[in-house]
Amino acid sequence: MPEMTYREAVAKALTDELASDPDVIFFGEDVAEAGGVFKVTPGLYERFGPDRVRDTPISEQAIIGTALGAAITGLRPVAELMFADFVPVALDQLANQVAKYRYMSGGQFVVPLTVRAAQGGGNGFGTQHSQCAESWLMNFPGIKVVSPSTPVDMYGLLRGAIRENNPVFVLEHKGLYNMKGEVPDDTAPMKLGESKVMREGTDVTVVASQLMMHRSLEAAEQLAREDISCEVIDVRSFVPLDKATILHSLAKTNHLVVVEEAPHQAGWGGDIASLAADEGVYWLAAPVKRVNMGAALIAYSPPLEDEVLPNVGRIMRAVKSVLTDA
Amino acid sequence: MITSLPIERRQQALRLMIETRLAEEKIQELFLANLIRGTTHLAIGHEAVAVGTAAALITGDKVTCTYRGHHHALALGMSLRAMMGEMMGKEAGACKGKGGSMHMTDASIGLLGANAIVGAQLPIAMGAALTAQVKKTGGIAVTFFGEGASNIGAFHEALNMASVWKLPALFICENNLYGEYSVWSKTTPVQDIAVRGTSYAMPGVIVDGQDAEAVYTVVKAAGDRARAGEGPSLIECKTYRYRGHSRTDTAPYRKQGELDEWLKRDPIDILKARMIADSQLDEVEFAEMRQAAEMAVVDAVEWAKQQPYPPVEALYADVYYEG
Ligand SMILES: Cc1ncc(C[n+]2csc(CCOP(=O)(O)OP(=O)(O)O)c2C)c(N)n1
Ligand SMILES: [Mg+2]
Repeated sequence: MPEMTYREAVAKALTDELASDPDVIFFGEDVAEAGGVFKVTPGLYERFGPDRVRDTPISEQAIIGTALGAAITGLRPVAELMFADFVPVALDQLANQVAKYRYMSGGQFVVPLTVRAAQGGGNGFGTQHSQCAESWLMNFPGIKVVSPSTPVDMYGLLRGAIRENNPVFVLEHKGLYNMKGEVPDDTAPMKLGESKVMREGTDVTVVASQLMMHRSLEAAEQLAREDISCEVIDVRSFVPLDKATILHSLAKTNHLVVVEEAPHQAGWGGDIASLAADEGVYWLAAPVKRVNMGAALIAYSPPLEDEVLPNVGRIMRAVKSVLTDA
Repeated sequence: MITSLPIERRQQALRLMIETRLAEEKIQELFLANLIRGTTHLAIGHEAVAVGTAAALITGDKVTCTYRGHHHALALGMSLRAMMGEMMGKEAGACKGKGGSMHMTDASIGLLGANAIVGAQLPIAMGAALTAQVKKTGGIAVTFFGEGASNIGAFHEALNMASVWKLPALFICENNLYGEYSVWSKTTPVQDIAVRGTSYAMPGVIVDGQDAEAVYTVVKAAGDRARAGEGPSLIECKTYRYRGHSRTDTAPYRKQGELDEWLKRDPIDILKARMIADSQLDEVEFAEMRQAAEMAVVDAVEWAKQQPYPPVEALYADVYYEG
């Protein structure tokens, strides 16, 4: 089975979709001739040419608006926003246009549009280049949101997103670009809306995504040595949310910890907690615990950034606390 | 030089302008009678911009416009019934009642949507132009906006991108002198919006927005240029809105006598006079045209009143495409 990095999985998914459908086009800032600021997309311009792989001006509103206009007139665009922190720069186009275009026209359009952006902290990029965007985007019905955590999911979900006849935001975690994993040759485009149980367990359900999901797996590994069994769920798809997988796990473990790389207020972990309260309250043996950034912002200095992002120790403490809270 | 349209197309342009005028007068009545909710933005006085542009477009061309867009929708061929149905939030409306006055959309005539966010429609039209360019359809994309919108970022991003990509796009500014309640000279440091084309290395043309054939002439030329792969143009139509900005605004902020001056150059009168001078129309025929338009508007309103509202389940339809 071929092994590749998360970064290579993005490139392969884009290549395969550009090759299989002439309506797919790809554009963003410095993505074509330079191959992207994270060197995710080298070679696409050379292979598919300047009509289909384009560098744009530094114009986030125009990038998203143009992608929308192209999507409703017969193309299947993939737009890159470079850093997810630039989502607010294009927020009108995303929140008021992309999300609502089909709806407010009474269903006259399909919007087969994919937006990619690199997100996440841990690399010293500072306050404006380290944020995660799921919670921002989840408040706009009409957009789907996926956050792959492994190379195989990156490949399959990005292809699935491009084939989807709805706007999909694909969030790539910067801290995972170098991560290696197996991507079987026959990996098909994946269906959106499904979470994955990454580690089975019986005592506590830990719901997380991307970097936090990998840290949760590490925490689970260490806790296993103390005879605490965690079931780790990778969210993968924030919209639509796979409630069944989470509830199914909760019914088994009776304990829930949510680990978010995001501020507490209006963070997506609140939705998971409310899901547990609404539909799983009789399974809960203890209050739900959310591990996240609290009310703090990401700072540049190493000890400050280390402190704000949930780490393995904090996740372990949260797991233990829900077990003793009971 | 202003191109004279052939007689049938002049008749069509005149008919559409009269229909639009009467439809919008009726819309205001319905708004005051609470049959139309929220808000309305009338384009009374702007009709020549819409019909002049529509006359220069061909099947497959795409258009985005603003909340002040009833005239565009009708000029492009939206039916009066679909429009009135939408105004009243009825299931048979152009957007099944989900859009309302500010979101008239009809994909079947190339109208990709009227937008309620100032300037947002410009980048969207660039996407339609990109499709035309990549698929080599020979089509163009037209986007309408007000002079006030030329101060928002999306305007500048769209013009810049259109120019570097040489998109087959036309930016058509309806300069009606006011953005809401502010006269444009207070908010805009240039005399003419057309000069803003210079920064983006595209032609900026000024045209009399009250003269449908003058509008047709410049839009046709700019459209031919765009279709030939020579890139976008900015066209500034000097026009005037006779009514207030929206709802019940009576426009107390405008200069005394200003409206009267503009009324002397009414777009319907200008085309009518030209047709009479060319022996293509007489007062009797004009009166008949007006009467037919009145009947069409009344028919649409009465029809729309009879239509059912959408069922509440429709609320959850079309958030996503299913399938
Ligand atoms: C982004 C945004 N800002 C403000 C408004 C409120 N608003 C609606 S119309 C309007 C004036 C726009 O003027 P102009 O572009 O000249 O168009 P006109 O209404 O004259 O046709 C304003 C400020 C809005 N809808 N969107
Ligand atoms: Mg104006």
